[in-house]
Amino acid sequence: MIKYFEPNKIFSVTSKAPKYVLILFIIVLSIGLTESLIFSPEDYKQSHSVRIMYVHVPAAWITLGIFSSITVLSIIGYIFKIKNFFLISKSLAPSGFIFNIIALVTGAIWGKPTWGTWWVWDARITSMLILTLFYAMYLLAWRIYNDERVYKITSIIAIIGIINVPIIKYSVDWWNTLHQPASINILSKTTIHSSMLFPLMIMTAAFALFSLLIFLMKYNTELIKIKNKGLDRL
Amino acid sequence: MYGRKVKLRFFFVISILIVLILSVSLILKSLEENVVYFQSPSEIKNFAELKKKKIRIGGMVKKNSISADSNEISFIITDFKNEINVSYNGVLPNLFEEGKGVVAEGFLKDRNYFLASKILAKHDENYMPPEVKAALEEK
Repeated sequence: MIKYFEPNKIFSVTSKAPKYVLILFIIVLSIGLTESLIFSPEDYKQSHSVRIMYVHVPAAWITLGIFSSITVLSIIGYIFKIKNFFLISKSLAPSGFIFNIIALVTGAIWGKPTWGTWWVWDARITSMLILTLFYAMYLLAWRIYNDERVYKITSIIAIIGIINVPIIKYSVDWWNTLHQPASINILSKTTIHSSMLFPLMIMTAAFALFSLLIFLMKYNTELIKIKNKGLDRL
Repeated sequence: MYGRKVKLRFFFVISILIVLILSVSLILKSLEENVVYFQSPSEIKNFAELKKKKIRIGGMVKKNSISADSNEISFIITDFKNEINVSYNGVLPNLFEEGKGVVAEGFLKDRNYFLASKILAKHDENYMPPEVKAALEEK
């Protein structure tokens, strides 16, 4: 297992891959934006303001996905003492944080024309704001501590923060919220028309590629830092 | 297999998670009244005493219940069991419509009458093009 974590091997991938991911990201994003802004129909009720969904929903999915990955990687890294997993988590966090803020801002922009308000303190929106704070704490911890303690402290933040993720997901089902319930359900019927679901999926793929791109670049930097320290193993 | 330390760390993480889940769910359970964003007309009817502070009521705008004159609009919020009369003076959100979701913020005058100071529209999770909606209604 150790040989796959050989910095030189990973480094040869992370230093070359970003440019291909960038090209793929630009292609997928162009398709996604054309589909969602031009070809997809307007909504029967919200008309054109429904198009904010194609940014809002993928951003929210990605930020939740990244926080869950950070927690899983931190737990495994902590139990088995694999430092590389902490570095992967650290490199994932910035794009998760950015998508969290994008989800909140586009949510506010969407809320004004539809609900009639920029912000409400309902369970979904408040729990999403708490996730932003967890991301901020996580990123700050990496900057504050420069020694071995940083692995434990960031893991603890990730483990405490993960409790919030199911709360975000189910807040719209457990309590009365202004936010509408989920439209895309694995177990029950999806309530988005297929002509709108398609651009949503393309945009999700585009955002995932963007996260991958930022991750590879951050991770590459982390590996260079380790190389400069003269350590040959993680 | 794995070392003793690995097993200990595993059970340490698991116990942290269990303690967190239990305490957070207990806290949320006890705060339920404050976590909900609005109350339904039925819950308002069941209040032991009339609340003086600002509350929010949510439900559907009853069909054919909207009536407006020059400076006031009044309508009925229903949850299909109980209903409550609302009067309001101000700007309405675009999605405010008969038969659609609404949240009104304001003060209760009595159990059947609510004076709103803010109206928010609550939309549902259905998204479709207008043609599909028209086709569905024809069925």
